[in-house]
Amino acid sequence: MPRTGSKSHGLLDQSLVFVTGKGGVGKSSVTAALGLLSSKAGKRTLICEVDAKGDVARLLDCEPSGFEPVQMRENLWRMAMNTEEALREYLRIYLRLPVVTKLGPLARTFDFVANAAPGVHEILVVGKLCYEVREAKWDLILVDATSTGHIVSQLASPKGISELVRLGMVKDQVAWMEDILYDEMQTSVIVVATPAESPINEALELAERIDVETSVHLGALVVNKVMPELFSRSEEEFFLAMQDPKSCKILEKVVSSDVGILMKGSNSALEMRRCAAPHVERLIASAGGTPIALLPLMFRVGSGMRLVRDLSEALSAEWDELL
Amino acid sequence: MTGLGELLEESKIIIVAGAGGVGKTTIAAALGLAAADLAGKKVLVITVDPARRLADALGLSGLSSKGSRVSPSDLEKAVGHKVEGGLYVAMLDAKSSWDELVNRHAPDVATRQKIFANPIYKNISSRFVQSHDYIAMETLYEIYRSNQYDLIVVDTPPSRHAIDFLDAPSKMADFFSSRLLKWLTIPARNRLLMGMFKPFYQVADKILGAQFLSDVAEFFLLFESMYAGFVERAKSVAGILGNAATSFVVVASPEPVPMTEAEYFASALETRHLHLGQMVINRALPQYFRDPAAILLANKIQDRYETLAKEFLQKGSSLAFVKGNKSSPARLEALAERVLLEVADSFLNFSGVAMEEGEEISKLPVDDELVTMVPHLNFDVSDLNSLGKVAGYIAWNGEAPTM
Repeated sequence: MPRTGSKSHGLLDQSLVFVTGKGGVGKSSVTAALGLLSSKAGKRTLICEVDAKGDVARLLDCEPSGFEPVQMRENLWRMAMNTEEALREYLRIYLRLPVVTKLGPLARTFDFVANAAPGVHEILVVGKLCYEVREAKWDLILVDATSTGHIVSQLASPKGISELVRLGMVKDQVAWMEDILYDEMQTSVIVVATPAESPINEALELAERIDVETSVHLGALVVNKVMPELFSRSEEEFFLAMQDPKSCKILEKVVSSDVGILMKGSNSALEMRRCAAPHVERLIASAGGTPIALLPLMFRVGSGMRLVRDLSEALSAEWDELL
Repeated sequence: MTGLGELLEESKIIIVAGAGGVGKTTIAAALGLAAADLAGKKVLVITVDPARRLADALGLSGLSSKGSRVSPSDLEKAVGHKVEGGLYVAMLDAKSSWDELVNRHAPDVATRQKIFANPIYKNISSRFVQSHDYIAMETLYEIYRSNQYDLIVVDTPPSRHAIDFLDAPSKMADFFSSRLLKWLTIPARNRLLMGMFKPFYQVADKILGAQFLSDVAEFFLLFESMYAGFVERAKSVAGILGNAATSFVVVASPEPVPMTEAEYFASALETRHLHLGQMVINRALPQYFRDPAAILLANKIQDRYETLAKEFLQKGSSLAFVKGNKSSPARLEALAERVLLEVADSFLNFSGVAMEEGEEISKLPVDDELVTMVPHLNFDVSDLNSLGKVAGYIAWNGEAPTM
């Protein structure tokens, strides 16, 4: 069976891809970049924002929208997860209840119960996503998922719910959800980090927890905002030697200006990279066979769309084989 | 001393809030260290999930919801002088805090044991993430009342919105006093009423199964016996937020999303008449990246790097590293060109980001004296030494004479 990551069945050939990571690492921009790549490859792609703050829409220069999928560009749709609406839909589809609006109090109660037993809330999220996969309306669903703290309970919710709910329809439906979620040909998780201590730690811990606590396939790791290498070795030697006071004086004469601040800037950039490098290496060393993409720090952000386009180019360069 | 330095003197409780990934835990720990050192206070820092190396440095490797003291000699080594106060750290343990709550409020041993055995309770206490906000506050309240510390610094749990923390006690009170709760517990209480709600139960049974519903009902019934004490408690817990000696420190990194979140939080504090002590902008690029003369020079080099490199090599032909370079003149020239261009490019890259950051910061609708900047640091804050440096920025804006 071809594994994810091989050319014959790449990440974008799957049906359901969760993108997660610590807060602030750029989950939404990586999701949007993958969405752009996949839609450009001609796949009908749905991006679902789970903790919807509308970041994906903003990145793609669109207005935030709701639960119903809204088309953003050719082959690319977006929806915001809403557990209450997911529940309404569920009741409508499975109970065939004619007047769903009359279920208002029930929905509220359900929401209330869902708060008490987190598995219920999460099964609605996962259930809706799996339902969309089963209905085959999309080629790919990309999930801008919750951050590292909550994703495992989401992915493990079918398991959790079958422990809590020992009877009932929900219990019966867990089985087909698991078939989708735990099939590595269909579903995987991408964990995003930035090259700093705690994002990398969280990514590694999450990778481990996904493996131990769920049966979902870890598709790839992404290190976002990697400082580009400033100099080659010979260039760095030259640069460092240039900072000698005598040399600096000559340079200042040549450019007829003080060069102190510029030197400070480059030294600072070198330091930043030096500080980040061990974290990237640590991730690579612990990743086992999981593919890794390093995405460069994008300096001039400007519009969201430009960032997404730059990121998608960087992604496809890194993962030519994988996507 | 900065406004934060004063805040450390005056506050008894400091709550550190902000979006995920902005460095809340580091700032909270640094605030604690600064208060122990500069204000000579006995300080407790309550944190949720510190990065592993920082946790190790703080002696938090074993999970401890009771405060444990950071070794005074380690502290002394880290800051270079004897620290007058004491630094204690505790890690939030939601499960055992819930258990303590139940122990405190359960009317009898039997109820307590039933609660502990209830599957819904087990789920709430260990996995119900929203409950961490409440538990953090509950823990804070309990420690505050014990009067063991001069200052308690709370690192708020990561949540979808920083604001959730403020609403946690009232949400928790609502949760246990809701009318819906009474619905759920009807079957166990009243067979007659049960008839009225039968359609509801039929649907719920079909979806969730009777066992689950009865677990839920049992849970709420059990909690009902603790209800009065629990809601009272949630109110008192909420009360300490408005305490005159309680301040909020809002942390953001200078990017649009965290800054918006911080602004939103600050305005929420205002509407609730809570005290915004200080805003900390963490990891801002150094000011010099916005220096106009340097930007001008970088542009000039970008335009004329070829000529400038040639001139530099000519005028600097006697420099050891030029003279000693074994490459051909053409290759040496190309090398010098690339270095000059890279220096200029990289400077302009960073100054672009620094400008955007500056714009974000200037948009903040907060007085300047309420803003403390902690620059982007070229080291991981993973030991007491580096934490001391952050503490220096916090208390003195980086101009600490001793720290």
